[in-house]
Amino acid sequence: MLNALVWASEATEPTPNPLIPAVYDIVWSVIPFAIVLFLFWKIVLPRMQATLDERAEKIEGGIALAENAQAEAQAALEQYNQLLAEARAEAADIRDKARAEGGVILAELRDQATADAQAITAKAHATIEAERLAAIQSLRAEVGTLALDLAGRVIGEHVADDKKASALVDRYLADLESTGKKK
Amino acid sequence: MTASSALLAAESESTGVQFHAPSIWEFYPEAILFADTPFEMNRIMIIRMIMIAVLVLVFWLGTRRMTVVPGRFQGLIEMSLDLVRVSIAEDLLGKKDGRRFLPLLTTIFFLVLFLNITGIVPGFNIAGTSVIGISLVLAVASYIAFIYAGLRKHPAAFVRNALFPPGVPPAFYIVVTPIEFISTFVLRPVTLTLRLLMNMVVGHLLLVLMFAGTHFLFFGDTAWAVKSLGLGTLAFGIVFSLFEILVAVLQAYVFTLLTAVYLQLALAEEH
Repeated sequence: MLNALVWASEATEPTPNPLIPAVYDIVWSVIPFAIVLFLFWKIVLPRMQATLDERAEKIEGGIALAENAQAEAQAALEQYNQLLAEARAEAADIRDKARAEGGVILAELRDQATADAQAITAKAHATIEAERLAAIQSLRAEVGTLALDLAGRVIGEHVADDKKASALVDRYLADLESTGKKK
Repeated sequence: MTASSALLAAESESTGVQFHAPSIWEFYPEAILFADTPFEMNRIMIIRMIMIAVLVLVFWLGTRRMTVVPGRFQGLIEMSLDLVRVSIAEDLLGKKDGRRFLPLLTTIFFLVLFLNITGIVPGFNIAGTSVIGISLVLAVASYIAFIYAGLRKHPAAFVRNALFPPGVPPAFYIVVTPIEFISTFVLRPVTLTLRLLMNMVVGHLLLVLMFAGTHFLFFGDTAWAVKSLGLGTLAFGIVFSLFEILVAVLQAYVFTLLTAVYLQLALAEEH
């Protein structure tokens, strides 16, 4: 096999030297090189660069957007917290006020109730007093009549219409009362 | 074709299967179009132009409607472009200079990659870079680029750094300067060219040897014991095909990386 290599190089035609380029070889090397260089230089790499730039821009834009969003969220949170604190303070205020008002109302009601109760009691007292006086009055009249009737029966004479007799009975009763009271 | 073929043909006369020995002629197929003009096209030149069409189509379509959130295809395109942009250009040259030389570096990487890979594409079976033209043109481009970069930024510092490295006793410059001159201004483009060319040439010859050998061992007038050797050469051929994928990517990467390194050295204030 190795011999074959040697024989091949001993061909009848002059053996070409692979280190000396043929003219057509150079031509068909320069043309591909020019085409490919143009392709990458003027078309592919600028497109690639544009895409890379756009991508970087998008990413930076995205980061900026995210930062903005975060700042906004932070602001919103602070605002919310502030509102919450205000609401809390307001609620506490309202509660205090309500409590104070409640106290006042309660006191008023208590006073009112006390006053009402006193009024009712006074009225009751007055009624009782009036009843009592009326009872006394009627009792006195009754007792006087009964006493005169009884006395009349005892002495066998009618004393009911006697003015002297009724005056006597009245005086006696008054005496009774006064002694009763003294007791 | 040649005397050797005739000799081998005689050996395997009974079956008619000849051993096709790989030779330097592999890289000089017959002209198909525009023969005997400067635009002569043989199989390899046609393969080159087909791959250029594919490359243009892929990257033109891949970047036509780019969206901020990439789809699967765009993601793949971006990933491959980022390989050069981020891990070669920006890594070695920084953001500013990296962007300046990015078109050249990207061109070198994808041109070499697309033309290397045809070495294992069925039907093509030869790398577009397996004749010297492409490697030479790219090496010259790389050479012009780093000299331009250095002279444009700081002519005096560039020449001093390249020929009179600081920190060397002045008397040594008699020896150091010629060495530095040859290594920087002669050997750099030469090594760039030869590294790529020879990788592709040898890779192709190896694959041809393995598969032509397999064909001959299987179908030639050979004994059964010898035929079984064909399994070995077939396995080797498959393994080397996979290896060639690695070489194709690696050589594209190395060529681009070295160009970036040369640019970096040219742009460095002091080294």
